[in-house]
Amino acid sequence: MAMTRKQRRLVTIGLAGIVLAIAATLILTAAKDKIVFFYGPTELKTMAASPGQRLRIGGLIEAGSLVKSDDLRVAFRVTDGTTVLAVAYRGLLPDLFREGQGVVAEGVLESDGTFRADSVLAKHDENYMPKEVAEALRKQGVWKGQKNGATP
Amino acid sequence: MTVELGHYALILALALAFVQMTVPLWGSLARDPALMRVGRMAAWASFGFVTFSYAALTMAYVNSDFSVLNVVMNSHSAKPLIYKISGVWSNHEGSMMLWVLILVLFAALVAWRGGGMPERLLASVLSVQGAIAFAFILFVVVTSNPFERVFPIPVEGQGLNPVLQDPGLAIHPPLLYLGYVGFSIAYSFAVGALIHGRIDAVFARFVRPWTLLAWLFLTLGISMGSYWAYYELGWGGWWFWDPVENASLMPWLMGTALVHCTVVMEKRDALKVWTILLAILTFSLSLLGAFIVRSGVLTSVHSFASDPTRGVFILGILTFFVGGGLALFAWRAPMLRQGGLFAAVSREGALIVNNLFLAATCAAVLIGTLYPLALEAISGAAISVGAPFFNATAVPLVVMLLAFLPIGQTLAWKRGNLLGAAQRMMVALGISILVSLVMLSMVHGGPVAAPLGVGLGAWLILGSVSEIMSRSWRRGATLRIFVARAFGLPRAAWGAALAHAGIGVTVIGIAATGWGVENLGVLKPGERIEIGAYSLVLDKSFVRNGQGFREDVARFSVMENGGFAGAVETGKRVHAGRYMPTTEAGILTLGLGQVYASVNDFHADGSVSLKAYWKPLVLLIWLGSLLMAAGGGLALIDRRSRIGIVVRSKAAALLAGRPA
Repeated sequence: MAMTRKQRRLVTIGLAGIVLAIAATLILTAAKDKIVFFYGPTELKTMAASPGQRLRIGGLIEAGSLVKSDDLRVAFRVTDGTTVLAVAYRGLLPDLFREGQGVVAEGVLESDGTFRADSVLAKHDENYMPKEVAEALRKQGVWKGQKNGATP
Repeated sequence: MTVELGHYALILALALAFVQMTVPLWGSLARDPALMRVGRMAAWASFGFVTFSYAALTMAYVNSDFSVLNVVMNSHSAKPLIYKISGVWSNHEGSMMLWVLILVLFAALVAWRGGGMPERLLASVLSVQGAIAFAFILFVVVTSNPFERVFPIPVEGQGLNPVLQDPGLAIHPPLLYLGYVGFSIAYSFAVGALIHGRIDAVFARFVRPWTLLAWLFLTLGISMGSYWAYYELGWGGWWFWDPVENASLMPWLMGTALVHCTVVMEKRDALKVWTILLAILTFSLSLLGAFIVRSGVLTSVHSFASDPTRGVFILGILTFFVGGGLALFAWRAPMLRQGGLFAAVSREGALIVNNLFLAATCAAVLIGTLYPLALEAISGAAISVGAPFFNATAVPLVVMLLAFLPIGQTLAWKRGNLLGAAQRMMVALGISILVSLVMLSMVHGGPVAAPLGVGLGAWLILGSVSEIMSRSWRRGATLRIFVARAFGLPRAAWGAALAHAGIGVTVIGIAATGWGVENLGVLKPGERIEIGAYSLVLDKSFVRNGQGFREDVARFSVMENGGFAGAVETGKRVHAGRYMPTTEAGILTLGLGQVYASVNDFHADGSVSLKAYWKPLVLLIWLGSLLMAAGGGLALIDRRSRIGIVVRSKAAALLAGRPA
């Protein structure tokens, strides 16, 4: 069966449409479920996070709040100058994890108001302030650095 | 003095790039051969001047000339020579110099190899290449001068970030830039051809080798970067879906599509408009990558010290070349002559499917990378788009493409036979399904995706083997004829089979991560931690001094079934002049798998806390990418890919027929 040029073009366009539809479906579904929102401690307190929802939080690690126990359990508090959030984590802390430094953690908010983190992030630069943290602190009037976050 | 000469040479190269941008284009529009010839000379000359300039900067590093700010900021007199040389591109200014050097190198190569090209096409290609070089040299001279002096002259430099003091720095950026910048040639060809409104199989024949070359380097660059991050960062991962990684993956995906569709254009004179568009998009994504890395709009492990003027400047370059290329495309593409016909079920049709999936994957990565930026600009909400998003979008699209690949690979040009193709691939498919089923039933634990992934990998490898075999085997032929035929196949056929098998190898390596084991614990000397079939026993922890650093080291014996399998050392290094320690992962290769240990803390009582991993078949991930690059290399040395060979032999025949 020989197809005309027009029919062939229709087949190509149809194929493209199918692939595009698959891609669009995947992207839209993932955009709803797989994206993690970031909140500072104050924002987290004022909004009602549904239990079990994955979140990212960040701020400064409160001085004197870090408690390490033998089985690699870690508890610390994150502050944005206004609100303090307790974080529990089991695992290894990054090299740049220090009291008074910025931190970003990902996990879920427990019903008792503790944030149970399954990953704690820090970047490989001594001067680096996570962008989201800088923004959250700026909102609370603590951070005076440039808005861009990644200070040189 | 050398430093000033280097700076001066760079400015001269800027002027030459301007000449290269304007004169040959004018010549090609006015059909003036003398003006067109200026393009090649300008390309060679500006390559010479940039090389001199780059060498001057390197000399400043090698001689530890601390009157140069860039050297002070990024070097140290006690640094080993290799890191003085590679340290040149460890920072923003120096890496832009490397970028420019590679840019003019490619222009010079085109000028050198382009002798057989139609004169007007060559002239306009060099013109466009000159325009790109002009933009980037101007960027370096205006915003990122690496030759800036400092006074008073410090006694010592500030040293290089310890993470960068690694052979990875010597290898990864040059390969990556050869890839990124190599795609500028495809762009210049596309724009040059659009200016002339003439695009045919000859055009594809010239553009294809350059595209392959860039693709090959980009493949190696990404792969080496991934291995470097794996062993250096101590996180145990090899791909993080970091914005900068995505920035290199996007041109790779588009470039892969481009490599495939230039074949269609060359062989069948079809898909011309699409090839041109892809060439423009691929380099556009390279430029987008440069913008993402340099502007600091997205934070990542690669964050260079960012400066708003640089971001704006690169955004300007990006807008000009992407916008200009696409506008020219919109204006001229409708005038292009339609290409050849082919049936939907054919190699061409299969390659369209390949292109569609690669483009869709690229779009998914692009959306995931830029979505946080867009959302923050619109609503102010901060989000993170990480592995879960990409695993749910890009991965299924790639899996669909790969599942279909071996069938597409074996379809004939013009009009394929789906049933015949299925018959040829029957054995390969059967074995692959069997592999999956056996693994599903034998291996307990681990995700279901892992055996399926191994099956997919096997399908790709066996599909490539079947393709070579079915092209060489004929009923009744002896083994000798079979072997002779197999070796007689074009190198491009072997290259394609090897590259596709390479993807299969990588897929198996990725699938096997599903069977990886990780464990963390606090160990006293003599205590052990289990990871799958292996256990790590802490022998001792001690302190040692290396060249420019002090390191706390934990030494472990890796035991397998009670026997000693090897030792790993992992430590925390503090480099001179730095406060923050860096983690040195300990890696023991056992077969194709690796034991990976990453220490976290040294406690006062002599115990250490660490994370340990067993990563089965992990080396396949990178070995597969080496095979892909080798496949690209084979296709590149295929007779028909050699630049200018046809034209030259035609010219020779012409000369022979009409003696002067």
